[in-house]
Amino acid sequence: MNLSLILDVLPLLADGMILTAKLTTVSIILGAFIALPLSLMRTSSTVFLFVPVLVYTFVFRGTPLLVQLFLVYYGAGQIDWIRSSAAWVILREPFWCALIAFSLNHAAYTTEILRGGIRAVPFGDVEAAKALGMSYALRTRRVVLPAAIRLALPAYANEVVLMLKASSLASTITLMELTGSARKIVAQTFSPYEVFISAALIYLGITLVISHVFAKFERHLAKHQQRNSQTGNSRLAEMTATIRRPRLPGSVSR
Amino acid sequence: MRIHIIVILLSLMPSVAWQANAQQERHIRIATEGAFPPWNAVDKSGEPIGFDIDVGRALCERARLSCDFVTQAWDGIIPALTVGKFDAIMAGMSITEKRRQVIAFSRPYALTSNYFVVARSSNIASLGSDTKVDLSAKTEENSALLQKLKTNLQGKVIGVQGSTNAEAFVQKYFGDGVDIRVYDKQDNLNLDLVAGRIDAGLADFSVWKSFLDTADGAAVELYGPRLSGGLFGPGIGIGLRKTDEELAARFNDALEAISLDGTLKKLSVQWFGTDLVAE
Repeated sequence: MNLSLILDVLPLLADGMILTAKLTTVSIILGAFIALPLSLMRTSSTVFLFVPVLVYTFVFRGTPLLVQLFLVYYGAGQIDWIRSSAAWVILREPFWCALIAFSLNHAAYTTEILRGGIRAVPFGDVEAAKALGMSYALRTRRVVLPAAIRLALPAYANEVVLMLKASSLASTITLMELTGSARKIVAQTFSPYEVFISAALIYLGITLVISHVFAKFERHLAKHQQRNSQTGNSRLAEMTATIRRPRLPGSVSR
Repeated sequence: MRIHIIVILLSLMPSVAWQANAQQERHIRIATEGAFPPWNAVDKSGEPIGFDIDVGRALCERARLSCDFVTQAWDGIIPALTVGKFDAIMAGMSITEKRRQVIAFSRPYALTSNYFVVARSSNIASLGSDTKVDLSAKTEENSALLQKLKTNLQGKVIGVQGSTNAEAFVQKYFGDGVDIRVYDKQDNLNLDLVAGRIDAGLADFSVWKSFLDTADGAAVELYGPRLSGGLFGPGIGIGLRKTDEELAARFNDALEAISLDGTLKKLSVQWFGTDLVAE
């Protein structure tokens, strides 16, 4: 184990780190734009709306990301009519292929996470909004989504970190991101421990930033709850109380 | 010359020492990549096949070794050998100075000659065929040819397999003048050549040969001079741990035997259609 090599390698991994950050950021943004409407469709009671989304999330969550990446990259390159079509301009580039596979995969998971959030919004809140005469759009925008996003945030933060690590698969389609660059340096120095430890340190650093940002965001969204808790009437406590109440009579210990 | 004699004597000494137990069978594991035909590949049932495997089996028979072949991804194959996951590498690996710093090699069991291949659709200015560049000989003719190659490929997308001499060559001689794409497997590089994602590729002749013979191979052609010597090294050898001198000696003796009796040449013709063994 050579400690100085770990430090020496860090600057060599800078290019790879930038590509990793780029891939992750763009995939997350694209994924969020896809997932938001899909999660609303997924929670709809209309069959024509929720079944296609169900199929989409089933396919993308049920197959390995590596397979999806290969299908987009090598699969598309095999088909003649795709190669002669306008889409080839995009599908020709490994970077775009990676973005397509990553954002579709990320969106499938995010859709399900957000669906969970939407389902967890207290029914009374939605009923109250209906009673006030709010339209579906207004209700969704003002009541359902803000609460759903707050509820889904911890799981979503987790999914973002998973996306960061999944981006390492891009090296299999010639994109030299962090893991790919590390593997290349290993092949030149034959010192896998030191080089991969450097790469791991960089991943840890990025993950630290991501979790910090989400923790801050979570606190920001929960501000109203903190205010309530000062009066000793936290909404969270109220909610848990509602959940517990029906179980009390049947409980033996009580 | 005198040093040579000493080296030979020294290398003979351990062989004399274990002459008594030379008959002893030893069980070893040989690693191959399984994705570098015709050197090595896997058949439909997942068993490794190819030139490396056949030569390995012939050597093991001679050297009274019982051998198992295992497949291992190319880019981790050297570290895996040094930590003892297996005892030898036979994966079309060329002997280079850089690798020699970490592992030992047997004497070469085949020669190397790298070629560029270009997609027929890529409009790269043609270059005379049947030329050779020996990188270890710095003649004017050689540098003129290399310069011409560099000019013609300027700005093109060139694919190479990662951690190979081909990658080292493109990095060193072309550098930023070309867009280098690094593949984990030669098969994937070939797919992208056919798909038109890359304009050219650089690899060993034997690799191109098996690709050019396929239907997809019609989309590409060999391009430019034969590249050898220098960073491409003296040939293909068996990778061994530096500490395992006994195995190196056994393999070298067996190699000499199968090269003298024509087995090696026969296998080369069988897998490559040409004699890659003779100087």
